[in-house]
Amino acid sequence: MNAEAQGGQALSGQALSGRAESVASLLRVRDLRVVIGGRHILHGVDLDVRAHGVTALLGRNGAGKTTTVRGILGLVPRTGSVLFDGTETVRLATHALVRRGIGYAPEDRGVFAGLSVAENLRLAERPGAGEPAYALVHELFPELRQRARQPAGTLSGGQQQMVAISRTLLNGNRLIIADEPTKGLAPKVVTEVAQVLERAAEAVPVLLVEQNLAMVRRLAEHCVVLADGRTAHHGPAAELLTDAEATRRLLGVGRHQGAAGPDATGPDATDRAPTGGPSADRTAVDAPPAARPHTDREH
Amino acid sequence: MSTVVLLTLTGLGLGALYFLVASGLSLIFGLMDVLNFAHGALLSVGAYGTWWAASGHLPGAGADGPGFVLAVAFGTAAGTLAAVLLELAVIRPLYERPREQVLATVGVGLALPALLSAIWGADARPFPGPAALTGTFGLLGAQVPVNRLVLIAAALAVLAVLKLFLGRTRHGLVVRAGVEDRAMVTALGIDVRKAFTLVFAIGGAAAALGGALGGLYFGSVDPGQGTSLLIFAFVVVVMGGMGSVGGAALASVAVGLVQQFANYYTTAGLGDLAVVVLLAALLLVRPSGLTGRLA
Repeated sequence: MNAEAQGGQALSGQALSGRAESVASLLRVRDLRVVIGGRHILHGVDLDVRAHGVTALLGRNGAGKTTTVRGILGLVPRTGSVLFDGTETVRLATHALVRRGIGYAPEDRGVFAGLSVAENLRLAERPGAGEPAYALVHELFPELRQRARQPAGTLSGGQQQMVAISRTLLNGNRLIIADEPTKGLAPKVVTEVAQVLERAAEAVPVLLVEQNLAMVRRLAEHCVVLADGRTAHHGPAAELLTDAEATRRLLGVGRHQGAAGPDATGPDATDRAPTGGPSADRTAVDAPPAARPHTDREH
Repeated sequence: MSTVVLLTLTGLGLGALYFLVASGLSLIFGLMDVLNFAHGALLSVGAYGTWWAASGHLPGAGADGPGFVLAVAFGTAAGTLAAVLLELAVIRPLYERPREQVLATVGVGLALPALLSAIWGADARPFPGPAALTGTFGLLGAQVPVNRLVLIAAALAVLAVLKLFLGRTRHGLVVRAGVEDRAMVTALGIDVRKAFTLVFAIGGAAAALGGALGGLYFGSVDPGQGTSLLIFAFVVVVMGGMGSVGGAALASVAVGLVQQFANYYTTAGLGDLAVVVLLAALLLVRPSGLTGRLA
């Protein structure tokens, strides 16, 4: 239903072009640049995370998605502008920015392997910032309650992801940033993670880095695509995903391995194979050969 | 038999001393990736602080009874303060520059003993201590110096307090998490720099306590004491696994015992070499130390 609404808006022609500045954004990133060890990783990323729903951050492997997230949080040295709820935060230390209400589930899940599940969750508590929402976490992931004393390093990948997501839900955050939460997970767990994020997004806006286009299709209303360390595209997610040509060009996901050209056989396509997503993605992307012209600021 | 008893308790006493230095060293390295070459100097500050206070310079402190306890407390406090100042003034401004950081700690490690010898001379000074702690007691036919037991008891107490701190308090939880992944701790909204200062304070306190009680063990204080102990403390840290307090405790015992027995039963001085051989052997078998933690 979301897709239809967004699609309709897109048909009016305004959503895919220009910067979506008219829409209230909770997080507003402009000209984010990151240089690590003399290498320019980001050359000026612009993105807006709206105050509602899921904004997806897409792009091929190496496009700079994770670096963008780490740059926003100040985990890598960066320049540019990062407005969180209207306040410039680019000079804040990571912990000070996070305390303003950001929950972060990193790409590698960032679980402390030697600490128990309960200790991992306790670290996310913010003393003096209200009661931690353990009831919610235990309702969403009853398993974590049973495994409270188990070292997090002995959990399965899916269970570790539950810990990582729980840490973002525990402390009344105003924004959740999830970096590839379904990476390497079994299809059943992917569905579970999607359900939780979907539910979380009803209350808190989410910035979702994701390679699994089925997840994006299901959750995201808006998307930003990076290419070579820059923002290459942004607009309604449904519109991008129904445009096979744009999807192939921006994300490197082709119709078929053989026909799609070198892009689709890159690491991106093979990387996502274990998630069980790609085949579903391809058929879905195949379905309507959308004739809508795409716009791309870089071309 | 009596020789074995004496060597065992002396080895354990020496191991206790190593543990007091190595526990802080290990936590600091585990949490902050800082090799603190000034850690031995903190032991010297504790030793001289205690010696100064026990020699009648601090009102209320003395060489006996409660006065000596006060002197040890003073020495420990001096070492703690020095450690906090070291972290705030030298280590903190250099976090992004690890090479300069190591050089700065080496510099402080050289400058502090030099300062001590400039004030009180380079020669060893006799260390005053309560009569009750300077005597010996009979155990299975051996006459064992009491100060060995004092050191062992102090090290056990520090181990227990550290375990409680790390296992039962939120600050301890932050330290354990920080040893694993410092960046993720900050990404959860925790100011990990506070934990840095805290760990330096704890490490400085333990080392300074080691200095105060080491004065009893050696019967004297000299400016270079801390630095010579530091080398073995580094061996202990590497053997025990970086950042692991329990590992440091085990490795301290091993190093202390090997050193004492080898020095007695072979040529004097071979014990020190034996420790290095032990380290090399362990690293060949278990590259990440006794506790399996990688540096």
